[in-house]
Amino acid sequence: MTADTDRPAGRPKLAVWKFASCDGCQLTLLDCEDELLGIADKLQISYFLEASSAPGPGPYDLSLVEGSVTTQQDIERIRHIREVSRRLVTIGACATAGGVQALRNYADVAEFRAAVYARPDYIQTLETSTPISAHVPVDFELRGCPIDRGQLIEVITAYLVGRAPDVPEHSVCFECKRRGTVCVIVAHGTPCLGPVTHAGCGALCPAYGRGCYGCFGPSNSTNFPAFIPLLRRDGMNTLDVVRVLRTYNTAAPEFEAASRKELRG
Amino acid sequence: MPDGTPHSVIDKDGLDALISVLTGHGRTVIGPTVRDGAIVLAEVCGGDELPYGWGVELEAGHYRLKRREDGAAFAHSAGPQSWKTFLHPQRVREWSAERRADGELVMAEDDTPPPSYAFLGVRPCDLRAIAVQDRVLTGGPYADRAYRGRREGAFLVAVECTEPGATCFCVSMGTGPAVDDGYDLALTEVIDDQGHRFLVRVGSAEGEAVLAELPCRFADAATETAARERVAEAVGRMGRTMPPVDLQVLMRETLQAERWNDVAARCLTCGNCTMVCPTCFCTTAEEVTDLTGDHAERWRRWESCFDLEFTHLQGGPVRASSRSRYRQWCTHKLGTWYDQFGSSGCVGCGRCIVWCPVGIDIVEEAHALNDERAAASEQAAS
Repeated sequence: MTADTDRPAGRPKLAVWKFASCDGCQLTLLDCEDELLGIADKLQISYFLEASSAPGPGPYDLSLVEGSVTTQQDIERIRHIREVSRRLVTIGACATAGGVQALRNYADVAEFRAAVYARPDYIQTLETSTPISAHVPVDFELRGCPIDRGQLIEVITAYLVGRAPDVPEHSVCFECKRRGTVCVIVAHGTPCLGPVTHAGCGALCPAYGRGCYGCFGPSNSTNFPAFIPLLRRDGMNTLDVVRVLRTYNTAAPEFEAASRKELRG
Repeated sequence: MPDGTPHSVIDKDGLDALISVLTGHGRTVIGPTVRDGAIVLAEVCGGDELPYGWGVELEAGHYRLKRREDGAAFAHSAGPQSWKTFLHPQRVREWSAERRADGELVMAEDDTPPPSYAFLGVRPCDLRAIAVQDRVLTGGPYADRAYRGRREGAFLVAVECTEPGATCFCVSMGTGPAVDDGYDLALTEVIDDQGHRFLVRVGSAEGEAVLAELPCRFADAATETAARERVAEAVGRMGRTMPPVDLQVLMRETLQAERWNDVAARCLTCGNCTMVCPTCFCTTAEEVTDLTGDHAERWRRWESCFDLEFTHLQGGPVRASSRSRYRQWCTHKLGTWYDQFGSSGCVGCGRCIVWCPVGIDIVEEAHALNDERAAASEQAAS
């Protein structure tokens, strides 16, 4: 990569921020191998600790935010990031729905802390893991655990030309059918969250004969009362149903309501 | 031509030869083959890839392969895809544009030459479905030239239906199980003590020329009779029957029916029914730009009336409820399609029933709407 000073001046400034997360989504940006130079030509990568230990000052034109809010400091930090960002895009299930760490929302955090850490008293954390949108206004949410590389490039490209990103909110079934994958529910009796899950992955799991496990969270049009009986027909009991809904997007409102309803019976 | 030419008979080796002759003519032969627990449509390079000895067990929301003792190649009904996968592909580029160094925009329509397909095993219902899409996509002033190119270049080998599935209702829709026209060659599979063979009828000059290259013989009376009988028997073995009323009128008169709430409570709005439907044709425009902003493309991809974004206008979607979306699909398919295109949009293939994960059955819904209308008119009369 050429030195940043060789690139055109006045490019929009990009910042990448991390909250409670595994780093997988921000690493997706570094995985954009063929496009990375093009991105660096069009955006000044100003703050991205995974890529450079020399952060540049704000304000930033485009902030990509990974991770969920789990500490008091996080709350203060995301407010600051919002203040110094013209456009704020959350990337991934943690930032968009609270991530798998939102399982704490249904448990006693003090008990978790005592079980995991040798010195629990060193750990200061909130009782909940919440999405970025619970704290500051968000301009766009990109789904997935992790996000899809193509969709990330689409969001950045759309930003650069000033158009809306083409990120459909319909079910994974659309992608399965477009890809020509045989439906694993109908033809195999495999439990699959595809009919209630947000598209974006390209229907990856069903293409390999596995049921979708909902890593992109709920689609924009779910009907859980009609859907849950399918999971039961295909062999899931109440605990299985709750577990499949309580993963990376457990705190997404539609998934959470459905899993709570199952537990109430 | 269908009635003018004497019928012929080919054996399994004739079917092998058909594939190799069509391939030799530079065509990509697409036919049924077993993959991932289903009989899918894919490129076939030889007769051994056809689903000999496989049948299917169908029900609403249920599909399983099952072995057949008779070794038949075409004793299966509609699978997970239809021919629109090839004629009206899920994503096609319409044009691209470049911004030159001097700032001038240069646009180019996509002129990829159409593939030269041969479709082997087109069921009568699907032959009608292709005719429906022909009317939609090439009838009227805005004909889709790319579709026409793919369509006109395709060689169609129809296979009459002798083994209807439990979700089939082509007889109700007047589309099968026999074929009358619209094919290049039409086969009828016959398996009895005189062997495993196929009665062949010619439907076009090209069909006649292809047949001339195959090892074939004139049809004997026994094969003619057996073929006719097997297709006639299939008429009585339809798994489903539509209510015997004018469906266009039924749809028009039941727009406010309570039944739409019932089906909406079951519908996942997942879009599967529209994607598997051989006549559903809706698409959306996808604008693609690259990082430089100097290259742009417009693509067209399958869209569905079950998608909230499908009717998104300023202020939100027009059909926000699942009731309105299912009703739109069903009334269009069975009713307003006549107003728009002069025919039914449903050919009775049963795919929407089979591939609906929750097994919503358009035939059952039509019966329920008819019953509700009858009950309402009875009540009004008393």
